[in-house]
Parts: sequence; C-alpha cells; structure tokens
Amino acid sequence: MKEIISEGTRLRPKSAGAKFRLDPELLIKIHNNMVKTRVLEEREIRMYKQSDGYFWIGGPGEEAFSIPLGMLVKKGHGLDYDFLHLHYRSAGIMTCLGMEPIDALRQMKNTALDPFSGGRNFSNHFSKRAWNVVPVSSTIETQYLTAIGTGLAHKRHGGTGITIVNGGDAGTAEGDFASCLVWASRPGNELPMLIIVTNNQWGISTAAATQHGDKCIADRGKAFGIKTGVINGNDVEESFLALQDAMNYIRKERKPFLMEARVSRLYGHSSATGCNYIAEEEDCLTTFEAKLEAAQIMTRKEMDQVRETYNAEMLELSQRVKQEPLPDASTIYDHVYLGQKGRYW
Amino acid sequence: MATLVQAIRMALHYGETHLGVKDIFGEDVGAPLGGVFTATQGLKNSWNSPLDERGIIGAAIGLGLAGDRCVAEIQFCDYIYNTIDMLKLGGMQSWASNGDWHLPMTVMTPVGSGIRGSIYHSHSFDATMTHIPGWKVVMPSNPLDAYGLMIACMKDPNPTMYLKPKALMRIRGTEQIPGEPPLTAEGERQLKEMIDAPLGDRSQWKARWPEGLTDYTVELGVGKTVREGDQVTVVSYGRTLPICAQAADALRQEGISVEVIDLRTLWPYDWNLVSESIRKTGRVLYVNEDTEVTNFGEHLIRRTIEDHFYHLEARPRLLAGAFIPGVGLADPLEMASTPQLGSITEAIREVAAERA
Repeated sequence: MKEIISEGTRLRPKSAGAKFRLDPELLIKIHNNMVKTRVLEEREIRMYKQSDGYFWIGGPGEEAFSIPLGMLVKKGHGLDYDFLHLHYRSAGIMTCLGMEPIDALRQMKNTALDPFSGGRNFSNHFSKRAWNVVPVSSTIETQYLTAIGTGLAHKRHGGTGITIVNGGDAGTAEGDFASCLVWASRPGNELPMLIIVTNNQWGISTAAATQHGDKCIADRGKAFGIKTGVINGNDVEESFLALQDAMNYIRKERKPFLMEARVSRLYGHSSATGCNYIAEEEDCLTTFEAKLEAAQIMTRKEMDQVRETYNAEMLELSQRVKQEPLPDASTIYDHVYLGQKGRYW
Repeated sequence: MATLVQAIRMALHYGETHLGVKDIFGEDVGAPLGGVFTATQGLKNSWNSPLDERGIIGAAIGLGLAGDRCVAEIQFCDYIYNTIDMLKLGGMQSWASNGDWHLPMTVMTPVGSGIRGSIYHSHSFDATMTHIPGWKVVMPSNPLDAYGLMIACMKDPNPTMYLKPKALMRIRGTEQIPGEPPLTAEGERQLKEMIDAPLGDRSQWKARWPEGLTDYTVELGVGKTVREGDQVTVVSYGRTLPICAQAADALRQEGISVEVIDLRTLWPYDWNLVSESIRKTGRVLYVNEDTEVTNFGEHLIRRTIEDHFYHLEARPRLLAGAFIPGVGLADPLEMASTPQLGSITEAIREVAAERA
C-alpha cells in the first residue's frame, strides 16, 4: 500500500513526487504561489488596459525563481532578518512574504489605501519596513548601492540575516553593479549579500546581445573572488535548491554570492512595450505544471481550479479597489520629513 | 580655541561616543590620513572606503535604513555631482514610502573657493543641494556653529547635508565650544596636542579627546543675527558670512547700519528671522558664492518679493558667483569669480544708497 500525505481534504501518493527532489507538499505550495502571483499581475495588466491605473510594470515569467526566493527569505524587521533591495519584478517575493493581493492592486490603482506608497508610485514598487523591504525605485541599478549599507550593517551585527538585492541584466551595465561587487568583496570586509541578476535578455526594447559582449554576467563576480552561480530561473527546483545553497553559504560564511538566473519576460518590459503575452518565451508556469502533472503530484483539473479560484478572487479585489478613494490632494507634502504633515513644517 | 575643522572632529567624536554614530567613512577618512582636511583624525569609528562616491552615498542610505547612524564624506563637493540621483533617492525614502521609512544619515562635504582649488576643488553645492527635497542642509561659518550644527545633524532622523566651507577650515572661533580647552594660546596648543595627528608615523597615535564635550546643539532651521543694523539686511552663510560681517563693520564707519544674518541652516531656513529684518530695513542683499543662475539666493529673493514687496525700499539683490563652469586657478580669476570683500562692500553700499 502506498503512503499517502494529507493536503487539506485531498489525499495523494507520496511517491508521486519521485521525479522531483523537493517534497510534493512544498511543490504544491510553490505552484500555488506561482499561480497567485501570475494571476495577480495579469489582473494588474487588465486594470491598466481598462484605464484603472496609469502604468504597469512587473515580472510575469520570473515566478519559478521569485517564488522559491521569497519562500527562503528570513522575514522580519531589523538586522536579525534579511533586508531586501528589490526591483520592480518582485511580486512573487512579496506574495511569499505574505503580501495581501489587494494591496498590490491598490498600488496599481494609486488609491489612498496603497500601503506601499500611498498612491505615489508605480505598480510593483513595494516598500514595507516591517519586512525589511526598502522602497523600490524605478532606477534600475541604485538598489545595488543601497544594499551595500545593509550588507555592512548585517556584517557588523552578525547572526544569520543577509542582504538580498535583485535587478535585471540591463541594469548591470550601470557602474552601480560594479560598485556592489567592489564593496561586497573588500578584503577582510566581505559582506553577507545575495546579489541577484535576473537575466531576461532584454533592456526594454534592446536585446542584451546587441549591447553586452560578456556571455555570462555572473562571471564578473569571479574577478572579485565572489562565489557565483548561473541557473535556469525557469526551473523551479533548480532555482529553489541553488538559492537554498547560496543563502545557506551566505548566512554561515557571511560572504557574498552572485547569482545569475536566466528567466523569461512574458509580458514585455511594461506598459511601454504593450504588455501582451509573448508566446515565444518559455512560460515557467506551463513548464512546471506539465512536470507536476507528469509526476502525478497535481492533476490538470486541480491546477485549473487553483487558477480559477485566484482569477475570481483577483477580479473581485480589483472591483473593490476601484471603489476606493484616491489620495487627497492636500497630502502632497506629507512625509517629506519624518512626521511631517503639510507644507514645510 | 578650536579651528572649524577641529570643531567638526570633536563633534564627530561626541557623535560616535554619545549619539550612536557607528560609521564615519569615505575616501581617506580613516587612518592614517583622517580626511584631506583632517576632519576625521583619531575617530574610532572612521574608516576608508573605495574611491566610489555613488557607493559611499548608497552605503550611507543602506546603513540608515538598517537603523545604523552614519556620517559619510564626499571628499570634495566637486565629486558629489555623480551622486545626484542617490541624493534624490535618499531624500525620498520617507515620502515615497508614505512615511513608512525614515532615513537618519549625514553626508558632509567641503565646498566653495578660497584655497586656490582650481576647477575641481572650488565648486559650491548649496544651490544644487537645496533643490533636492527631503534633506536638511547646513553650512557653518564659525567653529562653535560647526560643532553645534554637526551635533544637530547627527541627532536628526532625516537625511542631513553638512556643507563645510573649506576656506574657513582653519579659522578659530571667538566663542568657546563647551568642553574645549580655554580660548587662549595655551588652550590652542593643548587642543592641537590632544587631537591633531602628528606628522610622520601615526600608527601608534591616539587622540586624547577633551572630556567635557557636550551635546551643544545649534537647532536646525535657526539662523543668527551676527551684526545688528537698521538700514540694510545682508543674509549669507559659509565663507562669505564673515566677509559680510567685516564689510558691515567697515560700512558702519561710513554711517551705514547693516544687519548681517548667518542663515546657518539653508533648509529649512529661518524665514522668520530674515523676514523680521527686512521689515525693519526695507533693503536686503543675499550673498553666497555658488553660481548666480538658479541660485538659492534667487529663491530667497522670490520669497522676499512675495512676502515683502510693499515693505521694500530698494530692489532685493543677490551677489553670487559668476555663472561659469568652474573657478579658475590664477589669483585674478578666483577673486573675480566669487564674492570678495570689495564686491560685497560695494554691493551693500549700492543697496543702501538706492532710492525707492
């Protein structure tokens, strides 16, 4: 008789996960978060196309990497926990940290209840002090610099908290990326930083191959003595295990690791490039679901049900968000300085 | 009788021992040099960074976000320009997060002419810095204020920019910093022996800090009237402030009564103090050495016009640096590029004489 594990009311054979190295329960959880994130972002895109938001930018296609990453973050406030310096393709990470989808939709619609920026910033420009998520900036590279500071603080503090910074391949053309490598690897002062490049081969409309002579961005870390890794970011299991290894190394050795994840960009750069589905790119969710089905971990019907559930939820949430008030114009001066209300103080 | 740079150094020492400043860093900030102007000699928490201004500001932002207070230095403000978007980023952390985050951090950088610094060591930065919201910006003109403003910056929960007028680094004050040795030649010698690193091998040297240093604070946003008068108001800060005071003293002999205000904090500035003075004199001259186009003084003239148009007895004026790319090295070039005693005195005379 086969062993079975319980997952809610459903029973499934434990051996069904044999083609994966990860536990089936974990795989189902990852799948759930991937779908949740994908549907959330697709809802945001629909909102943009329905004029319920001025601009969309996000990261559909990176879920196979961002979900494992988010699930491995040591979440909390202060230096005992990880600090995150994210770019604007990080909805999957935030989903895993526990972000309420409606909050992302609020930012998409710029409502007063947007908890990340109060209606001031673009979609996917998250910020949450309670989780050490520093404000996301539209600049594509400055996060590699601010990460140095929390890296320094983490180094001094000790413990197992680390600094995590991510960005795209195009942003590595900026000097800030090189600065990050220099500061992270000062002899005797190496910093506990996970430096991530999600390489989708594009910088808005410009192909990386037309601008970058280097074939492997991660190789740049080798010149600084930084441990590096290049992974298929479209593969859930490879991503999870590689991230786990890298983060364990950083948490223990208190030294940097540079990881390049090759990922897809399923809806282009942003509103600026139309945000339509690009069928030529590998869809990591499709790939993952095929594997789950082949391994008999989930059925097609179950996976469809997950998606339908989230589709209905996100639709309902988006409708609710549309009814919320926009920020009051009188608040434009608020918080220029700590505690400031109104003009000057 | 501390010099201005010794005052800064003592304030930083107080900051690292009493205010939780964990990092004082930048290019050549740590041993053995202790800063190109010696502002950071002997400090226990000072250290050298890579020659990377953007990295320095980014590191400071990250440290502040982590809750670790720091003072970062950009060696000359001439080299801060490639960090403009980082300064903008630092200034927006609170606002962009709708108040969720705040960012305690201080950046200090030497500014201005006066040491024959040529094209890349004579820039001013007050016009650019006051254009970046979210920062508080200060510039002292004497050692006591240098100390008190640094203490204020290190206590503030927001990003603070401390502009050091390099021409005044070696001037000595006439007011005692609480805790420093007496304002005598002997006191001056004592302080030098205590906190100035010796020439040559410094590997065994340690500063001996005055024990009675306090948290003497010059509140941010509070200016100071350094000369009282009733005919003309002159508002300045940094290098040009003592020159304005000198001009006022000379003009008093001519029967011209000049009120001189040291703004001390450029943002938020003490408009009440300036405003009250303008109401009294009806005439105002703003003096600074940054380039004159889109100069901070132009903003002050705007407020003067908006708030005091009907109080004015003469056109509000600005005397500032020439709108040229840099300050030329040769003596006649530098002297003609930025306000000096002669041009300041003449400008005050003109404002005083103008008939409404």
